[in-house]
Amino acid sequence: MSRSAWATWWHGTWLIARREIRDQIRDWRIVAPLVGLTLFLPLLMNFTAQQVVHFVQKYGADIVAERLFPFLMMVVGFFPASISLVIALESFAGERERRTIEPLLAAPLTDAQLYVGKLLAVLFLPLSVSYFAVLVYVLGMHLKMGWWPSPMLLFMVLLLTTVQAVMMVCAAVVISTQATSVRAASLLASLIIIPVALLLQWESMMMFWQHYEVLWATAAAVLVVAVFVSRIGLAHFNREDLLGREVDILSIAWIKNIFWKEFRGQATSLKGWYGQIWHDLKNLRAALIMALGLMLAAGALGAWLAHQIPLQGVEQPHNVQDAFQSIQTGGGLPIALGSWQGVWALWWHNIRALLVAAAAGALTFGVLGILVPLLPYAIIGGGLDLMARLGWASPWQAFAALILPHGIVEIPAMAIFIAATLQLGASLASPAPGETLGAFWLRAWARWARIFVGVVMPMMALAALLETWLTPWVASHWLF
Amino acid sequence: MIHAEGLGKRFEDFWAVEDFTLDVHAGEVVAVLGPNGAGKTTTVRMLVSVLQPSRGKATVAGFDVATQGLDVRAHVGVLTEQHGLYTRMPAQEYLDFFAQIYGLDERLRQERIERWMRYFGLWAYRDWRIATYSKGMRQKLALARALLHEPPVLLLDEPTSAMDPESARLVREAIQGLRSQERAIVLCTHNLYEAEALADRIAIMRRGRLIAVGSPAELKARWLGPPMFEIVLNRALEGDLPSLPAEVEILAIEGQRILFRSPGWETFNPLIVQALTAAGYGVLRLAEVPQHLEQVYLEVMAQ
Repeated sequence: MSRSAWATWWHGTWLIARREIRDQIRDWRIVAPLVGLTLFLPLLMNFTAQQVVHFVQKYGADIVAERLFPFLMMVVGFFPASISLVIALESFAGERERRTIEPLLAAPLTDAQLYVGKLLAVLFLPLSVSYFAVLVYVLGMHLKMGWWPSPMLLFMVLLLTTVQAVMMVCAAVVISTQATSVRAASLLASLIIIPVALLLQWESMMMFWQHYEVLWATAAAVLVVAVFVSRIGLAHFNREDLLGREVDILSIAWIKNIFWKEFRGQATSLKGWYGQIWHDLKNLRAALIMALGLMLAAGALGAWLAHQIPLQGVEQPHNVQDAFQSIQTGGGLPIALGSWQGVWALWWHNIRALLVAAAAGALTFGVLGILVPLLPYAIIGGGLDLMARLGWASPWQAFAALILPHGIVEIPAMAIFIAATLQLGASLASPAPGETLGAFWLRAWARWARIFVGVVMPMMALAALLETWLTPWVASHWLF
Repeated sequence: MIHAEGLGKRFEDFWAVEDFTLDVHAGEVVAVLGPNGAGKTTTVRMLVSVLQPSRGKATVAGFDVATQGLDVRAHVGVLTEQHGLYTRMPAQEYLDFFAQIYGLDERLRQERIERWMRYFGLWAYRDWRIATYSKGMRQKLALARALLHEPPVLLLDEPTSAMDPESARLVREAIQGLRSQERAIVLCTHNLYEAEALADRIAIMRRGRLIAVGSPAELKARWLGPPMFEIVLNRALEGDLPSLPAEVEILAIEGQRILFRSPGWETFNPLIVQALTAAGYGVLRLAEVPQHLEQVYLEVMAQ
């Protein structure tokens, strides 16, 4: 883009942003809570910090107070920023509902100009207020308690606040493009509020434990999600999507039709259906490579984390056989190995876990759908490291004896699951033109289900069979 | 100015507009009529490059609606079905916002805003919040917004809906005033009187399809037949009617009144008067019976 084209682009974008910011300032329903959160909340938090410090000092628990200050700073920053979600729903879904968006859509502006202009406007006021509130809190804490945050801590809190606000706003845009009213968008906003509430709890825990390195990683992860969601928002904020639909209809028959049509595809026989799945798998190649890379990375991370655990002073079984026996005598193995019941229990356990992961993935744009299945590989990595350090077996021997006999089927099955879930999440960022997000999302889920039912479930059944019959035999002959 | 050929728009399994073919030339006003759901608004949205056609092609002011959306929108003034005004903004600020989007410099913005606000009688209320405006004032403001950049193509969706008769007349006069050799105007309306009064040609849509296009006179001739006339005699008709040209179709005889259709009225009407006079009747009045567009519309819809 040349400099003059860029200047023209920015001029149009800024016009949209400026008008919206002025409009927000004229709305007392937005201004009143923001003023309250800017002045009242930081002072309340200052007071709370003071009281807590006085209380815990009586019992010598100064550490609680020390950890509380940064946490309260985060709360003070987050609350005003969270207003951006409400403003975003109002700005995008509200404009659509009141039809004020139509003259804008008929103006010589691109979809991206409208989207970025609105995004800036929605973020500007809540984030400005949020930063100001943090400043008021910090000044208050300094004046009353003599506490200053380190520049890095301050920067981290502001970064977390900013990326969370961006993520919420972009998600709100996606929701707003799919709802024809503020009411409908507000109902759908629980899809944003629940994950953000969980994220905030996680951040609070990390803040209290003073695991700032985890918080930096969290900020980076949220930033990645924010960029991804903003990409989705940009893809869905287009004239077609905004004006193509006039009413929200939830029709079970429509859902069933779309899903079944895509799930079945053009196939008229089981062979034909598997032919399509083969085609799907070929399209998954890039995602499969990424999934295998993620699984390896999870294993390595698990091993690294386990390596941090000190083993001195831990009462240890002398060898893997004793360990296995102690598990059996302690009733720690819920699965009856070497029986059909065991096969069923293993298969159902794995399928259930994957379904839960997929459902969680649906609420998090596929993120949890990938992270949850990676968890066992981190545990495996950690287990192998511990076994090696305890001197029971080399990591490769333990892997070959305990994992590989069934892993030869299960690991590819998991890789396919992760790849399909990755693709499902990524597909949101590139919708099909002329199709609603709902229909597109349903079709993406149907393709995912085709792979899950046609490939993952049978492979997991075979893996369960091997895990029940073959793996214990190999382990007992090789390791014990 | 507007050239649409086989234009169609599909929403999932439903074709909102199918095979829309129409040319609107500079200096022409075309009214698009049709019941709710006929596809008028979808057609306007395609012509202003807000919706992408699923089929066919169209150019507006020389730009392709599918590939040159920005240029199309820069050369079109649109009055949307819902005026879509930001009610918390003062009216003048609102127009200034759109004038800036259309790239007008400050001097031109001030000049145009004042001109159109004065024209529509809104200048005295320029600092009022739009929320305080009446429905008619809002519609006039929306029309002023569409005219700010003096576009060569105007697409007006229900320009006089929700207006009192006086304001509606003002808007109709404005549309008449906007006619020029350089501008094409498309008017979507339910108001048949307005369409007949303003439009050079009428296009009637039903269920997404264009089913009749022509000037009001052409449409009447095509759908209602030859013009209808009424003769009033000086006394009631007695006995048989004098011999009249075969092309003349007698519709009704009631006392002194005769109602007939005359396909070549310039030729036949003098002959009819002559025959009646020769039979001893005096002709008090001969006049065409007005046939309204509404009759054409109902006839077309009934097909």
